[in-house]
Amino acid sequence: MAEVEFDQASRIYTAGAKPAVNRLDLEIEDGEFVVLVGPSGSGKSTALRMLAGLEEIDGGQIRIGGRNMVGVPSRDRDIAMVFQNYALYPNKTVGENMAFPLKMRGVPKEERASKVRAAAEILGLSEYLDRKPRALSGGQRQRVAMGRAIVREPQVFLMDEPLSNLDAKMRVSTRTEIAAMQRRLGVTTVYVTHDQVEAMTMGDRVALLKDGELQQFATPAELYDQPANAFVAGFIGSPAMNLFTLPVSEQGVRMGSSELALPRSLRSRISDAGLSTVQLGIRPEQWTVGADGNGSGVKAQVDVVEELGSDAFLYAHLDDGEQTPVVVRTSGRSGARRGDQIALTPTSEDLHLFDPSTGERV
Amino acid sequence: MAAPTAERAPAARTEELAPAKKGKVGSSLLTVLAWIVGIGFFFPILWMVLTAFKQEADAYTSPPKLFFTPTLEQFRTVFDAGIGPYLLNSLFATVVSTILVLALATPAAFAVSLRPVKKVQDVLFFFISTKMLPVVAAIVPIYVVVNNVGMLDNIWTLIILYTAMNLPIAVWMMRSFFQEVPKELLEAASMDGASLARSLREVVLPVISPGMAATALICVIFAWNEFFFAVNLTAARAATVPVFLVGFITSEGLYFAKLCAAATLAALPVVIAGWIAQNKLVQGLSFGAVK
Repeated sequence: MAEVEFDQASRIYTAGAKPAVNRLDLEIEDGEFVVLVGPSGSGKSTALRMLAGLEEIDGGQIRIGGRNMVGVPSRDRDIAMVFQNYALYPNKTVGENMAFPLKMRGVPKEERASKVRAAAEILGLSEYLDRKPRALSGGQRQRVAMGRAIVREPQVFLMDEPLSNLDAKMRVSTRTEIAAMQRRLGVTTVYVTHDQVEAMTMGDRVALLKDGELQQFATPAELYDQPANAFVAGFIGSPAMNLFTLPVSEQGVRMGSSELALPRSLRSRISDAGLSTVQLGIRPEQWTVGADGNGSGVKAQVDVVEELGSDAFLYAHLDDGEQTPVVVRTSGRSGARRGDQIALTPTSEDLHLFDPSTGERV
Repeated sequence: MAAPTAERAPAARTEELAPAKKGKVGSSLLTVLAWIVGIGFFFPILWMVLTAFKQEADAYTSPPKLFFTPTLEQFRTVFDAGIGPYLLNSLFATVVSTILVLALATPAAFAVSLRPVKKVQDVLFFFISTKMLPVVAAIVPIYVVVNNVGMLDNIWTLIILYTAMNLPIAVWMMRSFFQEVPKELLEAASMDGASLARSLREVVLPVISPGMAATALICVIFAWNEFFFAVNLTAARAATVPVFLVGFITSEGLYFAKLCAAATLAALPVVIAGWIAQNKLVQGLSFGAVK
């Protein structure tokens, strides 16, 4: 077990072009579960592969347990990886697949067998040890890949979208299993996904990347409550946060024809930053819905109602002349229907403000 | 991937069924055509085998006799004429050259597929360009060189030439099989602590073994059937079966049945090799481990 540090680590595929990973700084603590998340092309997989030794480190350092990994081949890094397509050895049985890393390290045969049996027990694979991977279901293959990683007790686990080939239900249950197992084994884990739900539910901390740049590295709650910039705000949370670019007025901001009053704390942050327009972020659950005609609130018209049972999402547009879309979460069976005129008021004082020119949090 | 495969399979089946139903007439026409072509290919071989069991006199009847008293006389004649050493020469040249080709083509194919060297396209073009010159155009310099180093009528001369002749094809074939191997397998092996040599031996080669079998079969067929080098560069000691076959064609006398018996014997090993390799070939290149 070990801590992992990315120290200004860069990966540059073509000289002069934008780096795939640009001066990444991450300090991952011993035993921590860190998720790298971001849209495709954000460099999250590249960063993981740099840590794995499958991609060059073109600048900076990556350290595992304090040891610089630049120029160290994968097999000497004492790490194990679970691949998206599992990369099981098709000609070996499940048992042989799981024993392979031990065999390569010269572990005696009896010890190999007992370790494989123990891992198979944990993963519920005991009865499949003599099968070939092709005779297994997707979920079972995924567990064999996990088994191959855990048998040899590496310093770090790397997982590259290990759930993306599973069906939705299996993904949720396996998600919990992986997180529970990681906590039990206490092995430092770096997990890559493009799915923000996976990131939020599994990680101790989440590193959000975009275009090879780290956007924010924080706990899931911090990421949700205090996004560092408008991109983070829009990426984390489903449905996404409503983001409006609005002119600043005396009492708050102007939203179409109406004025949206903001609490004093927010107003002072705007004036401190000296902004005349501001990007305001309101999460779908940060609205209260009133019937139109109450006088207060921003007027909107409902386009679609998504009834989820426990709650419902209203997809509406504002009556601001530009039909700006807005998403609102209400309790289930709110009775809202398509075409309804509603008045929206932000409930919370914890609205999010961003500088429209830089996207940074104000 | 049980779930996705299960979903995909019926979909694929309906796709296959739909056009088949529509073009039922077309498909039966195609079947008939396929049979005609198939019989067209098979008939000369059948004729050859039948003739091999005939008396010389029966072999020349027109139309050919379908019912006759079979005899092994022609085969006896062939063995009396001394096909033995020729068979051994052919076998030796074929087996050794095929082993050499696989030993050289496998690492070469690896270097132009999974871990490509620089200028891969140029390298590949170079390999295939060696097949562009007609052998006839090269035979004179080859003859001169072989003669000067004193290796005329030497089986190793044929082995070297057969290896060189089959190597480009083998590299290209093996390359396509290597490209089917997901690169994650190599990456996983390297994370698991295997050296490159070990991951090749333990992980990649078992996966591409059907491809190696196919490549070996092609090399065996080409080397076994090769005639031009053999007839120009060998005489009594190193000559191979195709050279022996031609020896039966005489300007006088009857030789059809004898020739067919010898040709049947010559064809037999290739058929056997193909039959053995078939089991390996039909395993196909479907890997269970990846989606």
